Amino acid sequence: MIDNISWVVAYPEILLLIMACVIALVDLGVKSPSRTTTHVLTLLTLGALAVLLAMYARTGQVVTGFGGMVVTDPMGNWLKCFATIAMMVTLVYGRAYAASRDMMRGGELFSLSLFALLGIYVMISGHNFLVIYLGLEMLTLSCYALVALRRDDGRATEAAMKYFVLGALASGFLLYGMSMLYGATGSLDIAKVMQVISAGGHNKQVLILGVVFIVAGLAFKLGAVPFHMWIPDIYQGAPTVVTLIVGGAPKLAAFAIVMRLLVEGLLPLAADWQQMMAVLAVCSLAVGNLAAIAQTNLKRMLAFSTISQVGFLVLAFVAGTSGGDASNATNSYSAGMFYAVTYVLTTLCTFGVILVLSREGFESEDIQDLAGLNQRSPALAGIMAICMFSLAGIPPMVGFYAKLAVLQGLLASGAAGMIQLAVFAVVMSLIGAFYYLRVVKVMYFDAPVQIAPIEATTGVTAVLSINGLMILALGLMPGGLMTLCSDSIAALFR
Amino acid sequence: MGLLSLAIWVPICFGVVLLALGRDDQAGVVRWVALVGAVVSLLVTIPLYTGFVVDSAAMQFVEKALWIERFNIHYHLGIDGISLWLIPLTAFITVVVVISAWEVITERVNQYMGAFLILSGLMIGVFSALDGMLFYVFFEATLIPMYLIIGIWGGPNKIYAAFKFFLYTLMGSLLMLVALVYLYNAAGGSFDILAWHKLPLGASVQTLLFFAFFAAFAVKVPMWPVHTWLPDVHVEAPTGGSAVLAAIMLKLGAYGFLRFSMPIAPDASHEWATFVIVLSLIAVLYVGLVAMVQKDMKKLVAYSSVAHMGFVTLGFFLFNNLGVSGAIVQMIAHGFVSAAMFLCIGVLYDRMHSRQIADYGGVVNTMPKFAAFALLFVMANCGLPGTAGFVGEWMVILAAVKVNFWIGLLSASALIFGAAYSLWMYKRVYLGSVGNDHVKELVDINGREFFMLSLLAIAVLVMGVYPKPFTDVMDASVTQLLQHVAVSKLP
Repeated sequence: MIDNISWVVAYPEILLLIMACVIALVDLGVKSPSRTTTHVLTLLTLGALAVLLAMYARTGQVVTGFGGMVVTDPMGNWLKCFATIAMMVTLVYGRAYAASRDMMRGGELFSLSLFALLGIYVMISGHNFLVIYLGLEMLTLSCYALVALRRDDGRATEAAMKYFVLGALASGFLLYGMSMLYGATGSLDIAKVMQVISAGGHNKQVLILGVVFIVAGLAFKLGAVPFHMWIPDIYQGAPTVVTLIVGGAPKLAAFAIVMRLLVEGLLPLAADWQQMMAVLAVCSLAVGNLAAIAQTNLKRMLAFSTISQVGFLVLAFVAGTSGGDASNATNSYSAGMFYAVTYVLTTLCTFGVILVLSREGFESEDIQDLAGLNQRSPALAGIMAICMFSLAGIPPMVGFYAKLAVLQGLLASGAAGMIQLAVFAVVMSLIGAFYYLRVVKVMYFDAPVQIAPIEATTGVTAVLSINGLMILALGLMPGGLMTLCSDSIAALFR
Repeated sequence: MGLLSLAIWVPICFGVVLLALGRDDQAGVVRWVALVGAVVSLLVTIPLYTGFVVDSAAMQFVEKALWIERFNIHYHLGIDGISLWLIPLTAFITVVVVISAWEVITERVNQYMGAFLILSGLMIGVFSALDGMLFYVFFEATLIPMYLIIGIWGGPNKIYAAFKFFLYTLMGSLLMLVALVYLYNAAGGSFDILAWHKLPLGASVQTLLFFAFFAAFAVKVPMWPVHTWLPDVHVEAPTGGSAVLAAIMLKLGAYGFLRFSMPIAPDASHEWATFVIVLSLIAVLYVGLVAMVQKDMKKLVAYSSVAHMGFVTLGFFLFNNLGVSGAIVQMIAHGFVSAAMFLCIGVLYDRMHSRQIADYGGVVNTMPKFAAFALLFVMANCGLPGTAGFVGEWMVILAAVKVNFWIGLLSASALIFGAAYSLWMYKRVYLGSVGNDHVKELVDINGREFFMLSLLAIAVLVMGVYPKPFTDVMDASVTQLLQHVAVSKLP
């Protein structure tokens, strides 16, 4: 066994673990309330990791280690790289917000974020049911604590409690499903499970029941209807910086585990889980878009918007398997990856603006708080408008190409009902356009209510501007990222 | 960088610079930069006309480069006789709009000017795109600046109008998106519009595609009964917004019929021609009558736009050379005339802050120079020979008579309605004795307004007296289009 342990496969995880511990220890000695040392050290760690992961991903190697329990491949490395950047950007945006809300009395914000990121890494690289589960628990446990970081805040505590109870239930689903798959196939290793199912001769009933539980667990983690109810409460209740930690980078991990579990492990059962995914997608698109219209709280609206975006993302998995044609599957999954990456990019920017607008003692969380933003700061309003148009899928923002790629996969599959699904998705995105436009309307057409000057450090402004321009630039030149995604996904099937 | 790229990106670059650097305390500089940008943008479109090979039906000034490798999307531009004149028209109207806003817009001047310049570039992109996805990106992107223009500088009910505009037109174009992706898959992974023209398609597929495109373009044109957004939007939009909307944005839809619906689904186009002709005739006749009873000048002109665009769609679906050429001429002429009509209303609105016909009367007594211009444009609007409005409508009516006497008769009778509502409005607003004290205090147009209206007056007269430069260039392309559409594409 010991020969099979190839440490090099897991070096980003190991490096991150060491640095998380080091930063937690160093923070003990930090006296200043702004925690500059911890902050800078964390950002440096994340930056170095992002560069290393990108370099690793560019080699295009697929290596398994630890007896097949962990895999490193371009998809995983790129997703880890983007998740790292997302976490880094989150901490840049959120620092002033956290400092003014007494969330930096200790260094927990940074340590927990790093451990959450470690969970994301493990989820993405796990090639074994239990490893993936461990990663998931690591991520969610860190997130529970993060949501409850403001102990004296009633709403945050309530959100944390809800998150914990429902999250534990979902983890239970997932674990139960995994145990059934283990019972039916005799293995926890994703590659072996795939072999056994392909070979046939297993107990199909147990297997299908296991798939049902796995899909339910995944749907909860993704936030797809009908397993979505935690999302609005967490988004609204958690401190905004934590909302971004929970709603940003983990989406990439959620995409990865769907790929690992359903596509790499259970592809022969695609006909079964594809139907479930189709139902999840339809429900998410409908509920997410319709419920978002009724919201007045911006964070809650964005929560429902997330649900609808997840519906679109799930459609990529429906498209991917229905054709059976390998190239179409690659196209659809890479559309899904593109969707996830660009969605996270847009989410970061949206919450970045909200964080900048929130001051000491003032939470900018109602849509009305954005009123007249164009008069107060044309740049911020422009950035937010770019985000909203991107989420609504209006070209030339990158969100349009994400939707286009998913639709193309759906229509190319040629299976029955796919055209109807595509038309449904399109009609729902028309409804979605309404509430995104409303945010633009409030910023540009209404008179300002808040007149306090907007305080943002040069660093935050610069990162936010780059973030917003990336959404536009990737919309003008989406080719590179699309090729990156399709190459990464193609490597899985090689 | 090719000429078409310049025509698209010069105004967009000027617009972006204005958005990024302009401030209201430097409004004077902003205005001049905007004017320079608009004029330069117009100048770069002139070589398109002078360098155009008239007797060729092929695409000219073609630029092609791989844009998005994964979907085989190309940055593919080119124009033929159908799209040639629409590009200088767009740039010209933008110059006029910039001049029209000179003293009128005082808040967020850089955003106003920037939005119009960017919009101009995007619309030129629509007219010159030869890649389906590039076309769609430009087509949809135009919604963003227009939405902001209506919402920020519009009238009291601007928010309703902005949403109605955006969502109504988005609804149509999303179905077109599904059709585009379907065609991409059917063509074996290509968004090339010219390749789609040659693609054989079954009858039922053609019908579905025809209606998917119809949803997008009929809303944009707008055709009866999906025209209801236009009057609401026109009433609330600022003057420049109305002018660009009527002069150019409506043409995006009409142009789509020629570039997509007819050549891609020729059999379905023939099958459903009667349907489109009936809708067009309803637009021409019924909406003409609706225009007559309007109390609001902008609403009246908006309904008259719907009626005039009815001639355009009517001309297309007669499937003969005269009809299609006439319709294209009508598109260009309506661009000049409707912009002029809205700018005239703007001139009055800036002084009186009312668009109600009843609030006016006898304007000719206090604003004689202005009333003369207004008379010319009103005459052009009802199709007086010698003005731009006459040429296109006359050609379409002749074509209609060739096809079917009754269609010809009905469409010709629309000219009477056109004259009725235009002249009646002119009588009530301009003629007679001075209606009230506010009218008595009106000041005639200043040099800027005189210049702006003369630009349009020259265009209207030149096109009416000597339409040859407009009709000559389109002949080869229209002939080729009709030959193509006449051949069945059923496999």
